[in-house]
Amino acid sequence: MAAVVVVLVWSTFGTELSPWRLLTGLAASGRFIAEFFPPDFTRGSEYLNSMFETIKMAVWGTALAFIAAVPLSFWAATNTTPHSLVYQFTRRMSDVFRGLNEFVLAMVFVAALGLGPFPGILALAVSTTGTLIKLFSEAIELVDVGQVEAVKASGAGPLQVLTHAYWPQIVPTVLSMTLYRFEANVRGATVLGLVGAGGIGLYVTEAIRGFNFQAAGAILMVILVAVFLVDFLSAKVRERLS
Amino acid sequence: MGESFIRVEQVSHRYANGTVALSSITLGFNINQFTAMIGPSGAGKSTLMRVINGLVRPSEGQVFIGDTRISQAPEATVRQARRQIGMVFQQFNLVRRLTALENVLIGRLGTLNPVASTLKLYGREDRELAMGLLERVGMADYAWQRADTLSGGQQQRVGIARALAQQPRLILADEPVSALDPKSSEQVMEILQSINAQDGIAVICNLHHLDTVREYADRVVALKRGQLVFDGSVADLSEEVSRSLYYDEQQSREITPILATQLSFAD
Ligand SMILES: Nc1ncnc2c1ncn2[C@@H]1O[C@H](COP(=O)(O)OP(=O)(O)OP(=O)(O)O)[C@@H](O)[C@H]1O
Ligand SMILES: [Mg+2]
Repeated sequence: MAAVVVVLVWSTFGTELSPWRLLTGLAASGRFIAEFFPPDFTRGSEYLNSMFETIKMAVWGTALAFIAAVPLSFWAATNTTPHSLVYQFTRRMSDVFRGLNEFVLAMVFVAALGLGPFPGILALAVSTTGTLIKLFSEAIELVDVGQVEAVKASGAGPLQVLTHAYWPQIVPTVLSMTLYRFEANVRGATVLGLVGAGGIGLYVTEAIRGFNFQAAGAILMVILVAVFLVDFLSAKVRERLS
Repeated sequence: MGESFIRVEQVSHRYANGTVALSSITLGFNINQFTAMIGPSGAGKSTLMRVINGLVRPSEGQVFIGDTRISQAPEATVRQARRQIGMVFQQFNLVRRLTALENVLIGRLGTLNPVASTLKLYGREDRELAMGLLERVGMADYAWQRADTLSGGQQQRVGIARALAQQPRLILADEPVSALDPKSSEQVMEILQSINAQDGIAVICNLHHLDTVREYADRVVALKRGQLVFDGSVADLSEEVSRSLYYDEQQSREITPILATQLSFAD
């Protein structure tokens, strides 16, 4: 408890945080947001297309991460890793990938590969690979050893043990974690446009920099509705998995 | 006995944590026998079974399945030999999210290449064999039901069908009825007995109830603290042998206070 207070007080220094600033800041933001209304949908179809591009980026970012994370997570689980060095390597790789925020990664990839959704997809894929390796390997470590032993005892080979004893046990977790990360990636992809890595974020920057606040309002509404729909559908699917 | 199917020679096993589970065991198992393995908890019965099918490599001694010396062979050779031995478990160990039929087909994995098995491309003969085995254990009506929706007795019968799907020469059953009610236990023991009598498949069965041993087994092997203390026919298993197996001086001293508390509860 005391530690929490110390951290909170320490964090006020250098962040210009004070009760007064908090109030005036909120009020100013409120007035600013009021300027978003009424939203201006004259370029609505462009926003919609761009939102679809954003979702497609999240789809591919997540899909590539899934493909990479499934085999790598077996290396990163104590009970299935072929060697402790392989284990250490994949675990540290997962730590690094997770440590790099997709926004930061997107800046790097844009610098290296140029503008467009492709560097954005790569950024999402890398950071998601890190997360999925961690989540999947934890699921693998919880697998019931009795089922594994039974499949081994029937004379199955190492790959068959993975596909017939481990995989059926981790499949619900693996799919629901992947969908969960997909939802997060849709939200994450909406800001990647700010660094030129594709998606609807480009329109947000454009509108705000051009003081076109009513257009910004329309874009934000498109984002909100899309994110809400994706979360809703994905949650429905996850429910059916468990 | 010169030509046993399974030969265990001077086998000792010490686990990584230092526990000595087996000390110099020498045994042979013939095709056609129904052997009961008995002994107190921790005697090494489960370990010996896993030494026989190569899931545990003994720290000393030799183990043969047929002509293959599995105790010193490379993993692929051990796997090949292991296919002749089915295993049945106390906790059934079915893959819970797969159907009964898919679980039986796991017994066919050894004959499939990895690609075909990953895609679940079982041949028609394999499916027919698996369905026939489910029928044999009285579980055909449950073929498409997920394993975790079945009762314990039903799961164990599917477990036996899975072992039979390997078309094994020997079945190792590690306390197959310990988790079952009396009626299911009897069904399971009778299936094991018929497998042995009709198909000539050898059965080695870890059991805790001496009544069950007397009813089903031809031969009894007893272990205690990792050592072989009895090997003979059921008729030769005298009261003294079985009593000394479970109650030695040290244990009876541990057991007496427990009995005392139970008695005081009964009052
Ligand atoms: N994986 C393991 N690692 C370390 N020690 C083990 C392991 N498995 C078994 N043991 C120990 O080896 C000894 C023999 O165990 P085992 O399971 O073979 O006995 P058991 O006769 O089957 O007993 P039970 O009737 O309780 O099943 C015991 O002392 C046990 O604690
Ligand atoms: Mg045991």
